[in-house]
Amino acid sequence: MLSRIAESLFWIGRYVERADNTARLLDVHLNVLLEDPWVDEPSANASLLSVMNCEYEAPVSRRDVLATLAFDPERSSSIAWTLGAARENARRAREVISTEVWESLNTTRNQLPRWTASARPHEYFVWVRERAAVVWGLHSATTSRDDAWHFMELGRSLERADMIARLLMTRHFEGTTGPNWTTLLRSCSAHEAYLRTVRALVTEERAAEFLLVDRMFPRSIAYNLQKAEDTLGLIEGASNSRALSDRARLALGRARTNLEYRDVRDVLDDLPGQMREVQSACAVASDLIRDRYFLPASTVLWSQEAL
Amino acid sequence: MTADQQTPWTGYQPVQAWDEAVDLEGRVRDPYRRVYAEIDRMSGEDLYSRAEALASTYLAQGVTFDHAGEERPFPLDIVPRVVGAHEWEIISPGVAQRVRTLEAFLADVYGSQHCVNDGVVPRRLIATSQYFYREAAAVDPANGVRVHVSGIDLVRDQHGIWRVLEDNVRVPSGVSYVLSNRRAMSQMFPDMFGAMGVRPVLEYSQRLRAALARCAPNDIDDPTIVVLTPGVFNSAYYEHSLLARTMGVELVEGRDLETHNGRVYMRTTAGRRRVDVIYRRVDDDYLDPVAFRPDSALGAPGIVHAARLGNVTIANAVGNGVADDKLIYTYMPELTRYYLGEEPILPNVDTWRLEEPDAREEVMDRLDELVVKPVDGAGGKGVIIGPKASREELDTARAQILEDPRGWIAQPVIQLSTVPTLTDDGLEPRHVDLRPFAINDGDDVWVLPGGLTRVALARGQLIVNSSQGGGSKDTWVLGGERQRGVKTPPPESRVELGGIGAVPQAAHPDDIEHGQQQQQQQQQGEPTC
Repeated sequence: MLSRIAESLFWIGRYVERADNTARLLDVHLNVLLEDPWVDEPSANASLLSVMNCEYEAPVSRRDVLATLAFDPERSSSIAWTLGAARENARRAREVISTEVWESLNTTRNQLPRWTASARPHEYFVWVRERAAVVWGLHSATTSRDDAWHFMELGRSLERADMIARLLMTRHFEGTTGPNWTTLLRSCSAHEAYLRTVRALVTEERAAEFLLVDRMFPRSIAYNLQKAEDTLGLIEGASNSRALSDRARLALGRARTNLEYRDVRDVLDDLPGQMREVQSACAVASDLIRDRYFLPASTVLWSQEAL
Repeated sequence: MTADQQTPWTGYQPVQAWDEAVDLEGRVRDPYRRVYAEIDRMSGEDLYSRAEALASTYLAQGVTFDHAGEERPFPLDIVPRVVGAHEWEIISPGVAQRVRTLEAFLADVYGSQHCVNDGVVPRRLIATSQYFYREAAAVDPANGVRVHVSGIDLVRDQHGIWRVLEDNVRVPSGVSYVLSNRRAMSQMFPDMFGAMGVRPVLEYSQRLRAALARCAPNDIDDPTIVVLTPGVFNSAYYEHSLLARTMGVELVEGRDLETHNGRVYMRTTAGRRRVDVIYRRVDDDYLDPVAFRPDSALGAPGIVHAARLGNVTIANAVGNGVADDKLIYTYMPELTRYYLGEEPILPNVDTWRLEEPDAREEVMDRLDELVVKPVDGAGGKGVIIGPKASREELDTARAQILEDPRGWIAQPVIQLSTVPTLTDDGLEPRHVDLRPFAINDGDDVWVLPGGLTRVALARGQLIVNSSQGGGSKDTWVLGGERQRGVKTPPPESRVELGGIGAVPQAAHPDDIEHGQQQQQQQQQGEPTC
């Protein structure tokens, strides 16, 4: 597969997953603002923007949050921009992805202008999650399990691990007690799975364990880190030059084992710090993947001066 | 039909040009009979709603072209253009003959230049052509083909005669719209489409792939073919990706290619992979910064050298532009006789060569009634239509021509034929041209039955290019053979259904029992009521 195409596929995976999870995260956040009677809204909003690594000017209103993270197509942090970027990448890789996936991404982009901040945000988030589900469904139904599949899955699982780590950080926002664990489980579509697995009421340790290290649930951090590692192994296949890809797997594996082989209480006591670790491991892995697959070392550039 | 009943055709009136659907007395011409009847049955609203549905499918599929940095859906008109079978009998061999002539001319120009020595074409003309590249001289393409793909623009004049307006043998574009127009239109008018015996166009990609495979260097069995695109910002990017997708080959940009030891490779996630055939959609000038413009970021350094070494085939060949120079165009009839010993099937449009003093003088006197064109222009750029131009435009044109007579030609204003087109005011005649595409695989020139019909959407507008606000129509060439009309099929042709449906579809056992029980209960209950 062409390096340029692989890069586009990787980013389609990341962007679609990012849009989906940003919608979940915002939904939780707006819910907290409604339910928490003692909430200090500007600080909570500021915390959210800093978790999402956005610049902001205090005080941050609800409107600012929605513009920055949901609606403003000019800002790279917003869902609108992310979905547009996914479509642009799909256009670049048009001949590799299936027509169905392309049309679903293209239609999503075309429908974006319908949604403005005046509509009920919750409906928008539902729509975003639905569109993401459509893309994933079609992708899974129409793509051969070759490199085209692997690179998109790689981007997707990295992004999901990263975004769930961000979501868990909302527990420690300034100015609010944050969402309770039931809300968090719900926002990850994990509540029913949790109840079936744990067969008990939601307690902090059990819920955290489920979202951090459950090996079966597809939205736990460890599951996604493991999947990214496995996918890297599949991409590399039988070839022997494994150094760089191994470094990416190293970063991911270390982050995963750090969560898996640590007492959950320890993790909870330092939740923001631990979640930052996960995020930086994902970032490091992403950079290593780029160096390994998207910018081949043998790049020869034509320089004009050589004439 | 009573007189007061409104149909979409009410008020349709051909103008002075040749209308392909209706003649001046209002009689429907033969090929259009079926289309006319079908539209006649619809209400105006129905027609508009179908047109809207057509536009929205195009938007969803992303069938767009870039205009002034913005992605726009390519306007497709709802009324198809129909070309009768007997007309195609003229066009198809005519285009093929044209391509064979161009091929022979290019081989000669970049070889021993017999046509110059025999005095058919002045040497000056070739040497001054902006697109004559010495870099391409004495390069022998693998199977002798330089014009793998060509688009020969045809128009129909006031008398209904098909004429060649220009030859495109560099990187002719538009074929993707032929393919996607057909897909959209056949969904829109399935019955009509089936009944008329429209000849299919979808084999184009297979034909192109086969032709590209055959031109691979050194008889490679399973050559690696790539489509080279300038990138997503190119106006024809949609076409490049569609061709790559339907041929099942990689779509590459210049930065994906690299040259080592005169061989071309593409960069993949699994290292370098050798490339044998490049179907390039990048202009000569930008193709290779080593050979041509050094500031080009679109091309791949070294590929022209690799082609010269015979390690890669570039399709279409470098330097083809000398053949579609509009001054060479004026020599085409003679060249056909010279190379092929045949009379040209399709005539040219009468053209004045402005470098000849007598012709120039005449044109200068009649500039306000003629069309003048730059010889190297494409996309309708720089064309001045005398009767529509202002005094200043004419004066500028006059000055430009006197300064560089080699750079211009003049032609009489041709009233391009018209085809009914849906506008805001209902169906109206609009001017069209036709670009059939031809593929040369070395043995045979195949002409795609159909081609791109471009339509000028503004009333009276004679320039049809999409960059000038033109749209397109699906072109239906009649005469496809169909099995459907046969009433009683002979017994031996009956489809064998043995084996189909033999394995029952399984279902959840509970559901089956439940369903059967219900059925039984119903049957039991029946006698009592």
